[in-house]
Amino acid sequence: MKIRVNPILCDGYGQCAELLPEAVRLDEWGYPLLPAEPLPRTLEPSARRAVAMCPRLALSLEEKRR
Amino acid sequence: MSAAVAAEPRERTAARLLAPDPSPLPRRSRRELLAEIEASGLTGRGGAAFPTARKLATVARAHRPVVVVNGVEGEPASWKDKVLLAQNPHLVVDGAVVAARVVGAHEVTFAVGRGNRSVRTHLERALAERSDGVEVHLETVPDRFVAGEESALLNFLNGGPAKPTLEKPYERGVLVQNVETLASVGLVARHGAAWFRQRGTADEPGTVLVTVLGAVRTPGVAEVELGTTFREVLQRFGGLTAFPHALLVGGYFGTWVRAHDVLDLPLTNVALRPLGARLGARTIAVLPLDACGVAESARVLRYLANESAGQCGPCVFGIPAMADAFERLDVDRLRRLAPLVAERGACAHPTGATRFAASAAGVFADEIERHRAGGCSGAAHPPMLPLGASRDWR
Repeated sequence: MKIRVNPILCDGYGQCAELLPEAVRLDEWGYPLLPAEPLPRTLEPSARRAVAMCPRLALSLEEKRR
Repeated sequence: MSAAVAAEPRERTAARLLAPDPSPLPRRSRRELLAEIEASGLTGRGGAAFPTARKLATVARAHRPVVVVNGVEGEPASWKDKVLLAQNPHLVVDGAVVAARVVGAHEVTFAVGRGNRSVRTHLERALAERSDGVEVHLETVPDRFVAGEESALLNFLNGGPAKPTLEKPYERGVLVQNVETLASVGLVARHGAAWFRQRGTADEPGTVLVTVLGAVRTPGVAEVELGTTFREVLQRFGGLTAFPHALLVGGYFGTWVRAHDVLDLPLTNVALRPLGARLGARTIAVLPLDACGVAESARVLRYLANESAGQCGPCVFGIPAMADAFERLDVDRLRRLAPLVAERGACAHPTGATRFAASAAGVFADEIERHRAGGCSGAAHPPMLPLGASRDWR
């Protein structure tokens, strides 16, 4: 699955980078830079936590379509 | 020999889009019209060049489709939609009526920029002269750079600010179509796909409107065939008035290219691809050697920063940071900023601004050096590229 951000909702709280540091970096203004690649399975639990904890509900997970 | 050449009846410049035709639209079925539009190979003329038939077919599947005629043209360096609406409004309405028939819409909303009263007057007059059996509305929209982006326009028409959203209107039963695209639809409905394809190239058929400004004798709007060389296009505007340094192709979301890399290329997207450029909405600005590409680009970049809708962080902070870097002649910083800004907004604004800035830094590298040494090639030249002035979002 891939992690995505709605850039209109995102206010740069930066929680995602703390909950999912393996995949999320913050830019110099505090907005997340997300990997274009699908997340490895091992990161899925923390990715779900990051999505649920985003104060702006700006993150979403995109399940792989077959 | 020149007489023989002149005698060739090539008729490359005959007006289609800008020539009023009072004959009634032929009555044809939805299916026939869609097939004809598909066969014509027409693509969106607002800048994105999306296949028109595919968009129509998607909206036709919606429950209660509506048509929005996009004549907003928020780009200050583009006048072609305004000229088309003022000069040949009936052809735009023809196309809108055909599009409504194809998608099964009973309601058509015409949207034009607020600033230009005469465009609105021409369109109102044309609408008053017709009875097409569809419900027609006319709305005026704030003249902001991004207001004509289709999700922004829809947001405004739904009572919000003219700011982009993540919606794709055509997936929601709303056909937002540029006025020139619709005028072309009107021509295809009247004359057929084969006729339409007599002009242009096999892959990029038809004629288009171009806005040309800068170092040409008569800046303005003209209709040209896709595939005409840039040099021939500039001839249509009276030719060059000075030695050309660079051309800005595709307006403020576009790309600076060295004049002599582009002048002999045909006006097509495929020819521009190796230069990293695209036709966009076909604004071409010709920068003469005695003007300054650095000063021009810095002004436009600052304008684009101020035109951010203020919604997405990388746009709100990123474009001003790029404008700062450009003004400080800090090309390394500009290069580092590019991946932090491009593709990171809800709309194409940050991506377009990044493309513009990167091409300016490349094409005007020598001029940037000159500025570092305290010089400027165009200190005596007045600013060439126009900027918008509206502060409204509603």
